[in-house]
Amino acid sequence: MKIVVLVKHVPDATAVRRFTAESTVDREAVPGLLSELDEYAVEQALQVVESAATGEITYLTMGPAAASEAVRKALAMGGTAAVHVSDDALAGTDALGTSLVLAKALERIGFDLVICGMASTDATMSVVPAMLAERLGVAQLTFASELKVDPQAAQVQIRRDGDAATEMVQAPLPAVVSVTDRTGEPRYPSFKGIMAAKKKPMQTWSLADLGIDPAEVGRGAARSTVASVTARPPRGGGQIVTDEGDAAGRLVEFLATQKFV
Amino acid sequence: MSQVLVLVEAPDGAVRKPTLELLTLARRIGEPAAVVLGPGADQLAARLGEYGASTVYAVDAPEVNDYLVAGKAEALAHIASQARPAAILVTASADGREIAARAAVKLGSGILTDAVDVTGGPDGAPVATQSAFAASFVVTSTVTQGVPIIAVKPNAAAPEPAPTAPTVQTVEVPFSDLARAARITERVPRAVSGRPDLTEAAIVVSGGRGLGGAEKFSLIEGLADALGGAVGASRAAVDAGWYPHAHQVGQTGKTVSPQLYLAVGISGAIQHRAGMQTAKTIVAINKDPEAPIFELADFGIVGDLHAVVPQLTEDITGREG
Ligand SMILES: Cc1cc2nc3c(=O)[nH]c(=O)nc-3n(C[C@H](O)[C@H](O)[C@H](O)COP(=O)(O)OP(=O)(O)OC[C@H]3O[C@@H](n4cnc5c(N)ncnc54)[C@H](O)[C@@H]3O)c2cc1C
Ligand SMILES: Nc1ncnc2c1ncn2[C@@H]1O[C@H](COP(=O)(O)O)[C@@H](O)[C@H]1O
Repeated sequence: MKIVVLVKHVPDATAVRRFTAESTVDREAVPGLLSELDEYAVEQALQVVESAATGEITYLTMGPAAASEAVRKALAMGGTAAVHVSDDALAGTDALGTSLVLAKALERIGFDLVICGMASTDATMSVVPAMLAERLGVAQLTFASELKVDPQAAQVQIRRDGDAATEMVQAPLPAVVSVTDRTGEPRYPSFKGIMAAKKKPMQTWSLADLGIDPAEVGRGAARSTVASVTARPPRGGGQIVTDEGDAAGRLVEFLATQKFV
Repeated sequence: MSQVLVLVEAPDGAVRKPTLELLTLARRIGEPAAVVLGPGADQLAARLGEYGASTVYAVDAPEVNDYLVAGKAEALAHIASQARPAAILVTASADGREIAARAAVKLGSGILTDAVDVTGGPDGAPVATQSAFAASFVVTSTVTQGVPIIAVKPNAAAPEPAPTAPTVQTVEVPFSDLARAARITERVPRAVSGRPDLTEAAIVVSGGRGLGGAEKFSLIEGLADALGGAVGASRAAVDAGWYPHAHQVGQTGKTVSPQLYLAVGISGAIQHRAGMQTAKTIVAINKDPEAPIFELADFGIVGDLHAVVPQLTEDITGREG
């Protein structure tokens, strides 16, 4: 059973994030970390391998040099090895380009099961897993709040908490899965895990290694363009009252001026 | 005039409000054409026509009814390759964005997600307005390759009728085996509450850990009912088992952009803010004057929610009664 977990290095959401002059996410300005939503994917992969008592986990990330830190964090939680796709030509790549690169890397690594987070906390598009399934021509089982893998039967089953219904979805392996924070809290890396992670193999691949023409990715190949970026005037300056028995009445007055009541 | 394809959401046989919003937005770019993937297109057509859909493309097959997303993406891309639309609009729901994502790969199209507005640009191409980084930036973008595909958030526009008599066109789609890869073995529809849908509501009242117990959500429900709003919850309240996950607001719950958002006993963690920061007016009730939610509030009450909320509900009901 070969599992590949897709992890992304993202700007810390609790820091002030901003855009570069080219209107892409400024990845230098704020410290980066492993996207917290991808930690749930790591945890599920570890649980699948633990309950099957067999299998190996490879992490895959695409991003600048610093992205290897996110992979180290994942390796400290567990798993076997990692692949980091890094190339200067990748700056400004859109979701279509990202999915192209990740799909090529996945084909090269080989997999029975790909596990993603439900969204990257910077782009929050939740489209990469679906694009990967499309490109790889395998089953897509996404937004899983529960994941069950049967390695013997080569089957995967999820519960998907959709907008209109809760669905049980089943497919044969190989498959691409994405998991939500409902699947269970990720473990903390142990001290032993952190030390072991330093010795785990991490390969760095370039676009040339994957046989991808740099013209297919990067800012130049992006299929959309940002026309304008405007910082929103910070909210606040609101009216804050301390309740002395009259606050409810004052709020009703406020709501009335706004025509809500 | 080119068509603009609108992917219809009608899970329980009724067209959802966000679809009517898409039809309204589509008219800014071209001629709206609705795409119904599932049963009942003939019954839905009248309502879609009321909001300007001149054509209703209908695909009713096991591949779109009994399997996850892949078949729907094949159907949408197939229709797009024949209709050659000026744009494709979908609702930014889980299904909507994933169908759009796969169609984008098939069509080689640029995709923009979570638009809060869509307008026709100077050259007629659609311009999407998005908010980024927990709503601290407003970004406008255009698609530069392929048919623009835009996933739009609910409440992006007020639905405006533009009655027309639509023709329903049944489409046969040559599905691949991949459309039958992920089978839906069981479907349990969401429980209906009788209140407005969380993502569609103009007013949302949310409760957090500050409530102190599941039974206290009756305070939130009472206030929501007095205002005609929907009920939301923080993840802390959901994790505690006080309210169903379908009502969670935030990064891993629903994203809402109502006219009015009331946060009751919610601290305002970054993940919660990610789901409600685009609300027009924000009201917070919290006993801690340092709670970060007050940074967003247009009106804030520092006080005990157990005292404030019942009084508030009574005052509002009294006013209206
Ligand atoms: C991966 C991940 C995803 C997450 N996704 C989400 C998400 O989608 N949505 C979400 O909401 N959170 C999410 N969270 C959790 C988030 O970080 C916070 O923990 C959560 O929002 C806190 O909920 P709360 O505000 O109800 O609770 P708390 O932070 O405990 O705040 C309770 C507030 O109630 C106030 N209070 C207490 N008693 C009273 C009283 N009697 N009267 C008035 N006020 C009172 C307190 O002063 C306090 O400010 C996520 C976290 C992670 C790690
Ligand atoms: N650059 C990347 N490297 C590795 N995995 C990624 C990358 N971008 C997206 N993913 C994966 O795809 C998921 C959804 O991302 P997104 O579609 O960007 O919201 C993430 O949670 C990751 O698992």
